[in-house]
Amino acid sequence: MTQIRDTYLPYEAEVVEMIHDSDEIFTLRLRLTDPIARVQYRFQPGQFNMVYLYGVGDVAISIVNDRDFKAGQFEHTIHRIGHVTTGLQQLKAGDRIGIRGPYGTHWPLAQAKGKDVVVMTGGLGNAPLVAAVESMLNNREYYGKLTVVQGLRDTAGLIYQDKYIRWLKAGIDVRMAATAGEPFGPWQWYQGFVTAAIPEMDLDPANTVVMSVGPEIMMLNVAKSFIEQGVPAQQIYVSLERNMKCAVGHCGHCQLGPEFVCKDGPVYAYDKVAHVLSVKGI
Amino acid sequence: MTLSSQFLPYPKLNDLIQTLQKAGYEVQGPTVQNETIVYDVVTSADDLPWGYQDTQAPAHYAIQKTDVQKAFGFTVPVQSVKPHLFKAQETLFKVTRDSQGKLAFTQNTGEQNPVAILGIRPCDLRAIHIQDRVFMENQYADERYQTRREKLFTIAVNCTDCHSNCFCLSVGGAPKAQSGFDLAMTEISDGFVIESGSNKGKVIVDQLGLSQATEEQINLAQAGIAHACEKQTKTIPDPERVARTLKSASNHPQWNDVARRCLSCGSCTNMCPTCFCHTQLEQASLDGSESEHVREWSSCFGLDHSYTHAGAYRAESKYRYRQWLTHKFSAWQDQFDVGGCVGCGRCITWCPVKIDVTEEINAICDHPDKQAASGEPA
Repeated sequence: MTQIRDTYLPYEAEVVEMIHDSDEIFTLRLRLTDPIARVQYRFQPGQFNMVYLYGVGDVAISIVNDRDFKAGQFEHTIHRIGHVTTGLQQLKAGDRIGIRGPYGTHWPLAQAKGKDVVVMTGGLGNAPLVAAVESMLNNREYYGKLTVVQGLRDTAGLIYQDKYIRWLKAGIDVRMAATAGEPFGPWQWYQGFVTAAIPEMDLDPANTVVMSVGPEIMMLNVAKSFIEQGVPAQQIYVSLERNMKCAVGHCGHCQLGPEFVCKDGPVYAYDKVAHVLSVKGI
Repeated sequence: MTLSSQFLPYPKLNDLIQTLQKAGYEVQGPTVQNETIVYDVVTSADDLPWGYQDTQAPAHYAIQKTDVQKAFGFTVPVQSVKPHLFKAQETLFKVTRDSQGKLAFTQNTGEQNPVAILGIRPCDLRAIHIQDRVFMENQYADERYQTRREKLFTIAVNCTDCHSNCFCLSVGGAPKAQSGFDLAMTEISDGFVIESGSNKGKVIVDQLGLSQATEEQINLAQAGIAHACEKQTKTIPDPERVARTLKSASNHPQWNDVARRCLSCGSCTNMCPTCFCHTQLEQASLDGSESEHVREWSSCFGLDHSYTHAGAYRAESKYRYRQWLTHKFSAWQDQFDVGGCVGCGRCITWCPVKIDVTEEINAICDHPDKQAASGEPA
């Protein structure tokens, strides 16, 4: 298949708003400056963009989208880790960056229709699922019970508090789990890992779809816990992270056994990748 | 070779080169440089390595001038065609930033004059088609690669000799190019049996005024190819069996064994005609007014290859060697519906510590059920 525009060429994007979620986490609200590209830009929840910082390089970041988005805008919530993200954290409204994408697979929102959905995330793993939750809220009648569990190291690190409150008010069963810190807010807290919330869930296993993002060990434990509860492995979805340079299956960095996580993933049904994830150093 | 094969006598080799030049091609072919045989621009048949032969063995490469006046008496050049199509370094796009901070992105299209490569060995020809699947026949195409590939004129030269590391027959190849070339030639005592494999090849060869190859000439060519087959000694099991065995050999003790020898230098991946892994770099100008985003070969043997903020997934060299070998001989088939190895033997020749991929594969396939001791998990 040949694309009209070079897949490696970014579009210029303008920072509409910079939101500092915490000392290390920030959200860039963006719009493409090319009016046609802006209108044509579409993504599915779970996909990612390559976010390019002038003179520094680019990184793969999942696309966040909020309920009341203005047309033609999208967000990236980013953890300051390396050179590119440290530079991105310095941006302010009006600054220009590059965006190419969207890339990768997306959450199974169509397949989850008619089912209960559990969204189980850890740390900044909540970002790649925001757009999926918003989409399900926008189409609330198609889904059964919606449960969102977010895990944290410390309760103080909770970002997106406004979103969680709004989701709670909209009828989503929102719960939190943390290994440290004082509980706060209107949601139930569990001491420990996200999986601590599972025993209290009134699950209809055959009719449940799980979507999970977090550290790999967390996703493995989430998957195993739900499988123990009787949820079929093919109804448990995870989003994987690997080194990505190209995002189009050319550079080879993201390989996981036969998978190119950038284009065959990042969202996978757990049964597709369970056998490779169990191999150390693959 | 078919009944339509023609005979290109040595004196007409220059005509072939000139005809290609007149058709707009820059002709490249094997040349002797720094005691090696490498592809470079050739303007006449005199530039070819007449009389040279090579010897290759684990961690050994040498060329010798002999009295046998053949143009293609050597086996495989140091590098394959890979650096022509998939550049070792190439700019993907340039960016300028104006005084208001606005960015302007410009694609590097990779446009260049058409090139004809004379003397592509059958293994390297297969390797081109394998890389085509990565960069062109994929969900996403790389325009730079595609542009060069579509303009490339390929002149295969079948093998009438082997080096000691060759094992193309074991991976479904042969010393004779089967398809996917514009022209294919087999060197005999006083010239070449030549056949065209495409319309564009036929157009060129029709201008040379050649006569039909005689039965004797065709027999000589076939005997040369048969000689190359007979001389090949390295083998691995059937590719399908290798692919299957490797899938369940992640804990095999051979990975620990090879890791004690492997330097993780990446020499094998640099020399491999199919390895496609690369990284991307940013090269900004000193005054900050422009920047280039560059693609550059990299290797799965590099520690940074699997690096994420959580650390390197393949921090130990046994994991990196396992990734390389398992990808090449197993996962590649799943990804691209073709194997990743053409049996050129370069990874053996250029490994500084004489690791022989066929020996590693045989060690695993001979004892597929071995498990690393619990003290040294693979």
